[in-house]
Amino acid sequence: MTESGRSIFFSSKPSISACASIAGPKEGKGRFGDLFDIVLEEDLLGQISWEMGESEMLRRTAELCCKKIGLSISDAEAFLSGDLNNQIIASTFAARALEVPFFGLYGACSTFVESLLLGAMLVDGGYRKNALCAASSHFCTAERQFRYPLELGTQRPPSAQWTATAAGAVLVSHSSAKSIARITAGTIGKVVDRHIKDANHMGAAMAPAVCDTICAHFKGTNTTHKDYDLIATGDLGWIGKNILMELLKEHDLQIPDEKLIDCGASMYYAEQDTHAGGSGAGCIAAVTCAKLLREIEDSRLKRILIVGSGALLSWTSSQQGESIPGIAYAAVLEGEPNE
Amino acid sequence: MKSDMHNQKYDELVKKMTPNSRMLRGYVRAFWVGGTICCIGQALNLLGNALELTVMTSPMFTSMVLIFIGTTLTGFGVYDRIGRYAGAGSIVPITGFANSIAASAIEFRREGLILGLGSRLFAVAGPVLAYGISSSILAGLIHWGLGRIG
Repeated sequence: MTESGRSIFFSSKPSISACASIAGPKEGKGRFGDLFDIVLEEDLLGQISWEMGESEMLRRTAELCCKKIGLSISDAEAFLSGDLNNQIIASTFAARALEVPFFGLYGACSTFVESLLLGAMLVDGGYRKNALCAASSHFCTAERQFRYPLELGTQRPPSAQWTATAAGAVLVSHSSAKSIARITAGTIGKVVDRHIKDANHMGAAMAPAVCDTICAHFKGTNTTHKDYDLIATGDLGWIGKNILMELLKEHDLQIPDEKLIDCGASMYYAEQDTHAGGSGAGCIAAVTCAKLLREIEDSRLKRILIVGSGALLSWTSSQQGESIPGIAYAAVLEGEPNE
Repeated sequence: MKSDMHNQKYDELVKKMTPNSRMLRGYVRAFWVGGTICCIGQALNLLGNALELTVMTSPMFTSMVLIFIGTTLTGFGVYDRIGRYAGAGSIVPITGFANSIAASAIEFRREGLILGLGSRLFAVAGPVLAYGISSSILAGLIHWGLGRIG
């Protein structure tokens, strides 16, 4: 397949008719704290385990998203979601409660953009009238799955990132619906592996995949960075973002620093001790729903490119000494043209 | 071969862009926190002597009190903060060992008493026990062997 063949154009321009975000207490104290729809006071959400807490957060986000436009959850025609847990249990248990036709996805932290592309395809192809696209992550579930028990007194290296407790959901609807933004194009990710083995350096593992997808997207859609008001990457963290800038320069892409933001790197304040910044599937999901889509709705941004990035490792592959492959999906979000 | 070169070049870029841990700060913090824990241990040992404990029971008393402190601080969610600050300074002493077991116990309690707590209690401390005991047996054998020769 040619590089340009990786891009998709949605001819009917499906609309994002609603979006919702819920974030944890630490994220609430971060840069976008005021923008999330709900900031949780405690991150267990009254459940008996962290996993069920994350699932409940995702369920509430999906319901809130539908509620915002007065849609009953039973009128949602598809629910596409994923998370970082083994066998994506946060999503499957949320889907059990929601009783909506479900597609379970795993693209690690890129899942939100993956679900957005697939949801847009379902709607654009006329198979569904609407699709609920979501992703979540939770600091406590990710820590116990990928790293150590929460109460263990260890230190993290400067390149380590903090898994955000957050969930985001958007309702993608048929183009005639009233919209916050429209999904006009996207690019499917390829798994790229540059042999990074350090599980505490996700930014380095994912940056090559992000660079690859951005290059393929510009080629496939015949655009440059000048065609976008903003390029938002998922969760490379600030070190990963700097590496990405260098990689893009190697491909003769000089994107101004202020035009490329990383959701993970900008989620927390420096004094929140997250080291290289935030990460997790909920990171780009919540930031897109809370901040980026709002800015498109307010016409502060007209056309943006969001690039979700995922590190495709598991505890097993990491322990067995395998390197960490990365993947990135890109989606173009556009505002309504001014009348 | 080309891809090896490609990856090697990327590795160099990653190294260049990644800041190192602040070593000197880490050493100072580990030294004073670890030193303080050891001083508390020594004070307990002296207290044991004052309580007229024997050479055998006084170190046991010291260990028990330190393990109790480590476990309690873990339960209250304080020890992980100390660990984040002091690193090896609070991991290496016996309180760190207590922390590793108590943290695992708290974490895996939800998966049940047998296959959760029971089987994963030593998830972190297991290697320390396995290799600690093995190497002490080895050291014991060497000591015994040298004693026979001498």
